[in-house]
Amino acid sequence: MDHSLRELYQEVILDHSRHPRHFGVLENATHKAEGYNPLCGDKVNVMLVLDKDGKVADIQFTGKGCAISQASASMMTEMLAGRTLAEAQKLMEGFIHLVKGEEAPGLSPDDREHLDVMAGLSEFPMRVKCATLAWHTFSNAIEEGAAS
Amino acid sequence: MTAQTKIASAFDAAKARADFPILSRQVHGKPLVYLDSGASAQKPNVVLDCMRDFAATDYANVHRGVHYLSGAATDAYEAARRTVQKFVNAAHEDEVIFTKGGTEAINLVSYSFLAPKIQPGDEIVLSVMEHHSNIVPWHFLRERQDAVLRWVDVRDDGSLDIEALDAAITSRTKLVAITHMSNVLGTVTPLKDIVARAHAKGVPVLADGCQGAVHEIVDVQALDIDFYALTGHKLYGPTGIGALYAKRSHLKEMRPFNGGGEMIREVTRDIVTYADPPARFEAGTPPILEAVGLAAAMDYLNGFDRAAVRAHEQDLYAYARQAVGELNWIRVIGDAPGKGAIISFEAEGMHAHDIATILDREGVAVRAGHHCAQVLMERFGVASTTRASFGLYNSRADVDTLMTGLTKAREILAQGSIG
Repeated sequence: MDHSLRELYQEVILDHSRHPRHFGVLENATHKAEGYNPLCGDKVNVMLVLDKDGKVADIQFTGKGCAISQASASMMTEMLAGRTLAEAQKLMEGFIHLVKGEEAPGLSPDDREHLDVMAGLSEFPMRVKCATLAWHTFSNAIEEGAAS
Repeated sequence: MTAQTKIASAFDAAKARADFPILSRQVHGKPLVYLDSGASAQKPNVVLDCMRDFAATDYANVHRGVHYLSGAATDAYEAARRTVQKFVNAAHEDEVIFTKGGTEAINLVSYSFLAPKIQPGDEIVLSVMEHHSNIVPWHFLRERQDAVLRWVDVRDDGSLDIEALDAAITSRTKLVAITHMSNVLGTVTPLKDIVARAHAKGVPVLADGCQGAVHEIVDVQALDIDFYALTGHKLYGPTGIGALYAKRSHLKEMRPFNGGGEMIREVTRDIVTYADPPARFEAGTPPILEAVGLAAAMDYLNGFDRAAVRAHEQDLYAYARQAVGELNWIRVIGDAPGKGAIISFEAEGMHAHDIATILDREGVAVRAGHHCAQVLMERFGVASTTRASFGLYNSRADVDTLMTGLTKAREILAQGSIG
């Protein structure tokens, strides 16, 4: 069996894609955005509550797409809950470096370990955008998706 | 058995395969199994060599040149037009317009033929299995001129409901735009019947032949069709070249498409007058090398008994369809009688992109996604499918590798989720 395939589709990722965490509509969201990749049809909706201190108090997503896009969204929501925007931004930058196979010095050892399951993506450049869709959608929600 | 022998004697697929140099390469350390010809076909040596030879010996810009090479290039370009004319059996060579592909051919009809005729409320009839290239140019007319798109459904097996199509053609209909062969379902439409029914109501018909021209034998005179669009790169030819067949009577009254050199009769400070067809619709320096390459591809294809090529592709399809049909976790979309060699399917619990990634590691190239046919995806309630599409160079061994890859995808993606 192709080792890089086993690494890409390891149990943690398949588990996240089959049983996504933080999945569902967040009624009281302060920020939300829809992410869509028109090339493949992957969809991720990110909804979150940003509290007074600029922390992600709650975050949920809905979506439909390949295992990588849905697992990545699920892992992202798990990791972002409770973080400040500055921390979230750092995490996102680190993640994008990681899946592209680049050095990710900004990641704490804990985060690095947590995200390591996604490092196998660097062998699949055609699929990197599947994994980054949720993160870009989160970023859009913060920048342009404030509920009026 | 006798049928099998007969096919083998009429068309030697293994021999033809050797004409395509790319098919002997490896991908991820595995022999390439190319099952994405519906997106773009590979090119035989004769096409590659012909384009190189032409560029190396006879190339210059076409038309109006006085020097030797301009004459040689013009001869080659116009000979290519006659090759396309014969390929679709058009009555006249000036009924063939070179375009940069099938998409441009359809846009040309939309802009130059149909747009000037459209009044608000006028209707365009099209099927739900159209490629976006045969949808969006008509949406333009809906957006800009309040045309109405009338959609004709397919049956659950993917076949066209011809009675529904007939019923959709009314006194408001200005055009029927329909695929000759669906790029997702493989459905081949009964063009002759469609044209007869449309003409009975005075409505012209455009066929999107991007797939159909590759796998079916096209005779625009027998069909009596008004417009037939085709593309080069799916036909074992180069990218950047396609053609529109249009009846002379239509072309004569059609306004120009792009403006520029080649397409004029006279330009002054105050006025411009236009060249006759086909030049009127070929502004700018055309894709000369590519036209020559397209003609080489058509000659290559016509060098075979095309009925035997079709029989070979049908054999591959039947073989693949049976193998896929034995897997209860796969749902095939499109089973129309007489369909071409394309299989689109959904697999339980597995997304098309994940399947395609795993197949890729086995050297198998398939397409995954909506195949530029979102209306059709919606009709069948799927977001995306995996599609294997066959060309003349494919073999039963390719199908076997596909099946092995699918089983592997199931092992990887469904691990732990099935008992």
